[in-house]
Amino acid sequence: MDSHDLDLDHDSVYDGLLGGDASQWAFGTDFEDPLAGVDTTVPAGVDPGALAAYCLMLGDDALIYAHRLSEWTSNAPDLEDDIALANISLDLLGQARLLLARAAAADPGVVPTMPEGSPVPAEDALAFFRDEAAFRNVRFVEADNGDFAVTIARLLLFATHRLALLQRLTTSVDPVLAAVAAKGVKEVTYHRDYAGRWFVTLARGTEESRRRLVAGLGTVWPMYAELSRPCEVEVAAAAQGFGVDPATLADEVDAVVEHVLATAGVDRPDVAPSGTGPLGRVGQHSEAMGPLLAVMQVVARAHPKGKW
Amino acid sequence: MVTPPSALAVAATVTDPEMPMLTLVDLGVLRDVAEDGEHVTVTITPTYSGCPAMATMRDDLVHALTDAGYADVDVRISLSPAWSSDWITESGRRKLHEHGLSVPGPAPVGDGGPVPLTLAPVRRAIDCPRCGSAAVALTSEFGPTACKALYRCEDCLEPFEHVKEI
Repeated sequence: MDSHDLDLDHDSVYDGLLGGDASQWAFGTDFEDPLAGVDTTVPAGVDPGALAAYCLMLGDDALIYAHRLSEWTSNAPDLEDDIALANISLDLLGQARLLLARAAAADPGVVPTMPEGSPVPAEDALAFFRDEAAFRNVRFVEADNGDFAVTIARLLLFATHRLALLQRLTTSVDPVLAAVAAKGVKEVTYHRDYAGRWFVTLARGTEESRRRLVAGLGTVWPMYAELSRPCEVEVAAAAQGFGVDPATLADEVDAVVEHVLATAGVDRPDVAPSGTGPLGRVGQHSEAMGPLLAVMQVVARAHPKGKW
Repeated sequence: MVTPPSALAVAATVTDPEMPMLTLVDLGVLRDVAEDGEHVTVTITPTYSGCPAMATMRDDLVHALTDAGYADVDVRISLSPAWSSDWITESGRRKLHEHGLSVPGPAPVGDGGPVPLTLAPVRRAIDCPRCGSAAVALTSEFGPTACKALYRCEDCLEPFEHVKEI
């Protein structure tokens, strides 16, 4: 290979350091836009602000949960599960990028203002430069991972809900949201199967694994209700045909959860939901959210112009 | 005057950064190449939402086409229809097998109803790409990249990767 090729291809780790190509930096150019070239025109009859708010909400669920799951990387019980949880986290991060980019394209007003000259793209500004109260994820996804059993119980409930939701969103009147959902269905099918298998394995395993699983389900159950409790944004989204009222998913989700519980021989927890009404969906987060955001945002916030 | 290669011919030589034995055509991610003088618009689709190879694919397409003399290269993303492992070409499947990877079977087709839950381990009728034995065991549905599962051959005892049906 001659030096010309070395300059232009990615065979050397030093490629690009001398050139003007910014695409390899932490904050890329618009070349990194996950919706580059996609027609993001908001369909007639859809309020751009309502669409942005809805995409932000679904994107925040995926982003914050992806971050939590990524904390297992190098800490999981064995290598295969380390890789599995990292892959699930990566899929959700990809969904979050698309949804945050979709929100920004629908209504640029949702994107935080960055210092002049900052190369930070809209999806990164949304992920790293919003304060806690501006995040719209449910509390369910921000809670600490707990042990592996807690993680599996939460992943089962989250993936079961999200798979039903994404499947319904494939017929959204917003073609971008519908396309993001159709990809997500394929991915989350694997996530739900993974969690369901581990749920049954732990329940039917040793006395200790069963004890931990039952305790883990009890830990996550009270916050689970917020996922299916409609907030104003979801009501508007359903009325305009681009989103889903999560209450209408409850029976379908419940049937799957019940099937897993029955197979595992585990009773439905007899605990009341924590709180009433929307919590995280209106920016009222739990104690766990602040430290999570501090870790997730610290590097970007220290370098808002993407230079160090 | 030498006729330059068509933009499609150039784009078709670009390989996947994570499975470099495959071109983007083999993998089924190169959806369209439209040429108008020195301007080229290339459309690609991600395999998975979080596929970290997308930026490199875009870079490589721009570099290859710029090298071939196209002054203005625009790489666009297409999200719909979503990529399917069924789009991996016959040549792509042959190359995967030659490089010790197990090729995907047909992707699941939904009937419009709820996606069925599969609590039993997935059973795929696949052979070890190294020794051909059918005695293989699934190690994990998640592998080193989003698109692969991990297997072990119970005869030759070698681990191998299976490109997942999606």
